[in-house]
Formats: sequence, structure tokens, C-alpha cells
Amino acid sequence: MTLAAPAVASPPRGGTRLRFLAVGLGSLALLLASIGAAITLGPADVSLVNVRDILLNHLAGADIPVRVSKEAIVWQDRLPRALVAAACGAGLGLCGLILQSLLRNPLADPYVLGISSGASSGAVAVAILGVGSAGLGVPGGAFIGSLVSFAAVLLIARLAGGGDDKLVLAGIAVTQLFSAITSFVIFAFADSDATRGVMFWLLGSLEGVRWDGAALCGAAALAGTALCLARAHVLDAFAFGDDVAASLGVHVRRERAVLITAAALLTAAMVSVAGAIGFVGLVLPHAARFLAGPLHLRLVPVTALVGAVFMVWVDAVSRLAFSPSPLPIGVSTALVGVPVFVVIMYRRRRNL
Amino acid sequence: MSNAIELVGVCARHGAVAVLHDLTAAVAAQRITALTGPNGSGKSTLLGVLSGVHRPASGSVRRTHARRPALVVQRSEVPDALPITVRQTVAMGRWAHRGAWGRLSREDRAVVDRCMERLGITALADRRLSTLSGGQRQRALLAQGLAQESDLLLLDEPATGLDADAKAQIADLLAEECARGVTVVHATHEPEDAAGAHHRIALSEGRLLAEVVR
Repeated sequence: MTLAAPAVASPPRGGTRLRFLAVGLGSLALLLASIGAAITLGPADVSLVNVRDILLNHLAGADIPVRVSKEAIVWQDRLPRALVAAACGAGLGLCGLILQSLLRNPLADPYVLGISSGASSGAVAVAILGVGSAGLGVPGGAFIGSLVSFAAVLLIARLAGGGDDKLVLAGIAVTQLFSAITSFVIFAFADSDATRGVMFWLLGSLEGVRWDGAALCGAAALAGTALCLARAHVLDAFAFGDDVAASLGVHVRRERAVLITAAALLTAAMVSVAGAIGFVGLVLPHAARFLAGPLHLRLVPVTALVGAVFMVWVDAVSRLAFSPSPLPIGVSTALVGVPVFVVIMYRRRRNL
Repeated sequence: MSNAIELVGVCARHGAVAVLHDLTAAVAAQRITALTGPNGSGKSTLLGVLSGVHRPASGSVRRTHARRPALVVQRSEVPDALPITVRQTVAMGRWAHRGAWGRLSREDRAVVDRCMERLGITALADRRLSTLSGGQRQRALLAQGLAQESDLLLLDEPATGLDADAKAQIADLLAEECARGVTVVHATHEPEDAAGAHHRIALSEGRLLAEVVR
């Protein structure tokens, strides 16, 4: 089950191809415009013309004179940051979409289910304890952490008898456990100048992200989108249940393994760069369903685009709200996400 | 008379619970077979084994049917709130036939239209499953099964909870499919629903109680 039931008959939403194209192209244009606009916002004064000139200088080999300070702010700070925000929105949104379909649970999300916390613990284990740091790297640690926590959630939920509510409760338990492990490792082993503290790993933040982070997140988000598009019909089928999916010709076990791995990889990439940002994966698929209808072939691109736009603006607001001190982006997403979580619970109150 | 599927000594389990015990039975080709037995006797699991969805723990399953079986699960197995339309539901039956990019061909869409027409749900095509009555939803699922154009059609309690008219319609439909050369197996816990079947496999607590050929 992927969406709360409307109480009354409603016409199918997102029906026509024209509307889908309009939504898709519209959100793509909006994403580019949002990134451009977000870059101009902030304490240092940068205009859209500056942004254009700097981009032309770097990408098209133009030689337009721009002040060095502005150049540094745009190219070294705000642009990679906006790109990481966009990639996180798209990636976490897709993650939520995959989990909601696979688990047939509209409340599924990498943060709610503790997968982000697991990724944080894995990343911290590598970054601070140096566990396998030679071969693994921080993203690799995050990946292993996310797989371990996901397995733990599924195991606990199954031991408790299964069901939507058990899954969410198991998620709470696992989130708390891995948050505690993360905090413990940082307090016990990190030296005082560890660049990324407890706040970063538990709440998420885009402070100080650079191009290497943007490259990792961007690649993960694009690969995730491509995979989800190729698997769109599988995601539809899982909503019907495993038996129906199997009888329709879906190789259930293999597809499940592929999709779970993809969700864990996406979460790991985003967490290793931006920390555990909450509730994005929960909210965005529902917003996208409202725009594009329930079929994943349309839902996947719209979720990714809407997610990217959403996060670029949430990040811009977080940067500016208490400027010059930044609000961790996870605080803003939780402020938006928790009310949505409550609304979904309310609409499904008979089942929970 | 040949058999579409022959089961020899099949045991099946759900996790640690054994559901089917040493079951030996056959499904006659191009006939209607009814699986009967009380709730919990293993009918759904047997359908799962026949469809290939449920792998038996031991025993052998020999098949002579040519195509991938079409399984129509119990209505209660499909979430009521699934936010997809009747046409989309039926079109899922064509997935195994679709091309490289998952697009349905003109022919696929014609099959979908024809199946909705046969079940009298063309007018409901753009309604969401969640807005339909139980009988309408059952017909949408049946249409999905037919759209797979298999030569082995498996149905779990297709008539349960429906009124007499709807039951008769479904019985007619199964007879039509059988006349077209399709092997039909349906599970039911109401003996009168098994009346039109050529062949009956009666289960009790996961064991074969009786196999009746008319």
C-alpha cells in the first residue's frame, strides 16, 4: 500500500501525458531557476548576472572579468552546496519511494526506519575510529552501516509479528541505537578538532560541502533515478504484494535485493556527504504522487525533480533564517516532515 | 486425458510451519479443477505451488502447459487503498509481454480493452480500485488474470463474498476460458462454487482428502 486511501471517490490524478510533460518540464526548469536563484542569496552580494558570468567562465571557457571574492563564493561554496542539496533531495526522495513500495508502507523513509542513523554510525566508525579506513572510505562505511541497520529493522519487525506499526516501532528502536552509537563514538574518541560533530551526523548539514561531495551525491542521484526508471514496473508490482508481483513475471527475490541495495547505497552517499537529513524521503514521494499519480514510470522523475527543488529552497532558507549562524538543514526538514508524517498516520488510523 | 501439472509427494511450508504434506495430485489439462477445503487447509499455498510462486520444500512438480501461469490472488490480499485505476490494474497483466522500454504495444492495449469488456468493467476503466465495490474489484483482478493470456489460469476464491448473479457470471467466464482450451484451477471453501468443475481436489489440513473426476 503506497498511499493513504481517499475517503471519497476521486478522479484519477495525473492522468494525461500532457500534464505529466508539463509537470516534468516545469519542475526541471524550476530546478535550474532555483539553483540559480539560491546561489545569489546570502550575506555576500552576488547577482544573477555574476552567477551567469562565473558559470560561463568555468563551463564554457569564457573570460568575463568577475571579482575574485564573488568567484570564490559562487564556485567554491554556493554552487557545490546547491548541487548537493538538489542531489540529496532527489536521492532521499527516491529512497523513500523505493522503501514505500517495497515495504508497502506509506511511512517508510530512510530516516524513520533508522537506515540514515546506521549510515551515520558506519561513516563515523570509518572517519573517527578508522575501521577499515584504507579500503572502505567514509561512503563505504556508511553503506555497510545502512545495510546493517536495514537488516536490523526488518528482523525486529518480523520478530514482533510484522505489520506497518511494528516496522515503524522497529525503526524507532534502531534509530535510537545507532544515534547513541554515533554520539558515543564521537564523544569518546573524536579529538576536539574533529570537523564534523554529533549535530552533523544526527541532523544533517550542508555546511562546508565541496565539489567532491557534489560529485558523489550527484552521481548517486543520477544512477538512482536511472535504476528506478528501469525498475518502474517492478515498483508498481510490489505495491500489489509479493505473490502478485511474482505471478506477473517479477523475479521477486532478485528485484528486492537490487532495490534494497540501491536504497542503502543512495542513503549512504547522501549521509556520508550531508549527514542524516530526516523526513525528506517520507514527504516527497507523497507530494509527487499528488502531482504525477501513482505509477512509478512518472512518479520516479517527478519525485527526483520535486525533491531537488524542495531541498535547494530548504537549504537556502536554513542558510538565511538565522544568518550568519546556519540552521542545520535537518531541523528545517523535520519541521516540514513531522506534520506530514502525522497527517499520513491520521489518514491511516484504522490500519495503525 | 492429459495433465497440465502433476504433483508427486509435494511438501510446502511457510517459514517453520508445514502447510502441505506429501501431496500427490494432478490438474487435468483444458478442464476446470476446483480446490476445495475449509479455510486454512492449504488451498492458497497449493495455488502458489501450481503457479510456481511458492517453491515446494520437497517433492516434484511436472508441467506440460506452455505458458507462464496467470494467478489471480484473493481479493483481500490486494490492498483496498491501492491508488491505481482499473485500466492500470488490468494492464499489469501485460507486463511479461512488454518491450524493452516497458511500453505496451497497440496489441497489448487491445488485449486490455478486450478483457475489461469481457468482464463488463469498461465503464470503470478510469476509476481507482479504492472506489470500487468488492465485486467490481474482483472483476478487475480477473481481467488482469485474463490479460496474461496464459494457458493456465489459477484463481483464489474468485466468487467468495459475491452475490448469486456475480457468482454465475464468474462461473460462465471460467467455462468460456475452459472451452477456449485454458486449464482453469480455482480454490473455494464453498462446496456449491465447485459444482461446475470437472475435477475436484479436496484438501484437509494440508493433505489430500479426495480427488474426484467427473
